[in-house]
Amino acid sequence: MLEMKNIGVGSLAIVAIIAVFQGAVTTLQIAYQLVSPLVANPVIGSIVSDSSMLELAPTITCLVLAGKVGSHIASEIGTMKVSEQIDALEIMGINSRAFVASPKIIAGVVMFPCLIIISIFLSNVGGIFAGYASGILTPDEFIQGARESFLPFNLAFSLIKAFVYAFIITSVSSYHGYKTEGGALEVGSSSTKAVVYSAVLILFSDYLLTQLLL
Amino acid sequence: MIELKDLHKSFDGIEVLKGISTSFEPGRTNLIIGASGGGKSVLMKCMVGLLQPTSGQILYDGRDFHKLDNKQIRDVRREIGMLFQGNALFDSYTVEENIEFPLKMFTDMTPAERHDRVNFCLEQVHLEGINLKYPAEISGGMKKRVGIGRAIALDIKYLFCDEPNSGLDPVTSRVIDELLQEITEEFQMTTVINTHDMKTVFDIGDHIIFIYEGNKWWEGKKSEVRLADNTELKAFINASYFE
Repeated sequence: MLEMKNIGVGSLAIVAIIAVFQGAVTTLQIAYQLVSPLVANPVIGSIVSDSSMLELAPTITCLVLAGKVGSHIASEIGTMKVSEQIDALEIMGINSRAFVASPKIIAGVVMFPCLIIISIFLSNVGGIFAGYASGILTPDEFIQGARESFLPFNLAFSLIKAFVYAFIITSVSSYHGYKTEGGALEVGSSSTKAVVYSAVLILFSDYLLTQLLL
Repeated sequence: MIELKDLHKSFDGIEVLKGISTSFEPGRTNLIIGASGGGKSVLMKCMVGLLQPTSGQILYDGRDFHKLDNKQIRDVRREIGMLFQGNALFDSYTVEENIEFPLKMFTDMTPAERHDRVNFCLEQVHLEGINLKYPAEISGGMKKRVGIGRAIALDIKYLFCDEPNSGLDPVTSRVIDELLQEITEEFQMTTVINTHDMKTVFDIGDHIIFIYEGNKWWEGKKSEVRLADNTELKAFINASYFE
């Protein structure tokens, strides 16, 4: 529960900020690119909604979370390693890998999909707000577009991505934290490696999942 | 009793322990002394199972530690307590939670029983009333004592201490030494202490082995240390005095 709180509730603010601005900017850019009397305004809502669900909310949010959550996990476990806390667990006869990493991985795969659902919702809210504030389209038009293009599979695809990314971030970060040897400098280095490797793996798996499932 | 028989340990072809044989008896403070880099820490890590020896035997009351199956190793480990050089207290836990941790993991005690046991352990290390403090809120000497409290939370038979006096002032060092001796005698534990503090050697060294370049160079009692006819040991003792 503590890990869920740290990973889930602790990341809520940054996820909300990213989602709102992501939705707002996407709306403005799509409106800019679709300047044509032949394109109805609700189309903007449908594109923003679908791109949030399929790509922006899961991938961009998880890339940011790779930085926040991944570095936190790697530095926490790395510090435990260099300060002999992991050795203390081993000497007590506790499987330190399972004891330290499992709660973080479970918390990640449970909380990330929740965060992504919130992110999709707030992204649409951001889109509605930007469309209304700039006079491009009304909230009704945005919602009409979003509802017309909604496919339940897109939401499932988004949640599958969130689940996979959560596993990548928490397991890669735990691994790098666990492999830390030395002192404070090495903890920092493990933390950086955790973020970089997680981000690269997220991008690879994004391509792979899109190719396989869409 | 812990027995070491012809213990060897190599890293990438470099032999760090070169056939150490000795025995550590219960109810006595057994000290491993020697210069930094001489193999003391490697020896202790092999003994507690953090490193696998290249060859040789470590017997815990006749049980060959590195030939036991996983369940038997876990059973032996539950009889082992260790005080680390850097304390290794869990930062996010309070003092009470740190000492309670092994009890929660390995016993069926109720919360009330665990609380009583924690208070008993804190009493043993003369630290009553700091249950709710975090490690960051207490001094280095207190952290060492909490570490000892956590080590003895379960009814252990073997206590290992890796440089228990490092970073402590002479008065606190003395307190820790006396505490270790007191606990060893009271609970008849087999205590093994890694140190290069000669004051500890002369105060509580019931049985001492001097490790030099991976070999057991000398073995004896504290009363025999000064009289030892061993050049390297003499140099080590004299260097300690000049420090």
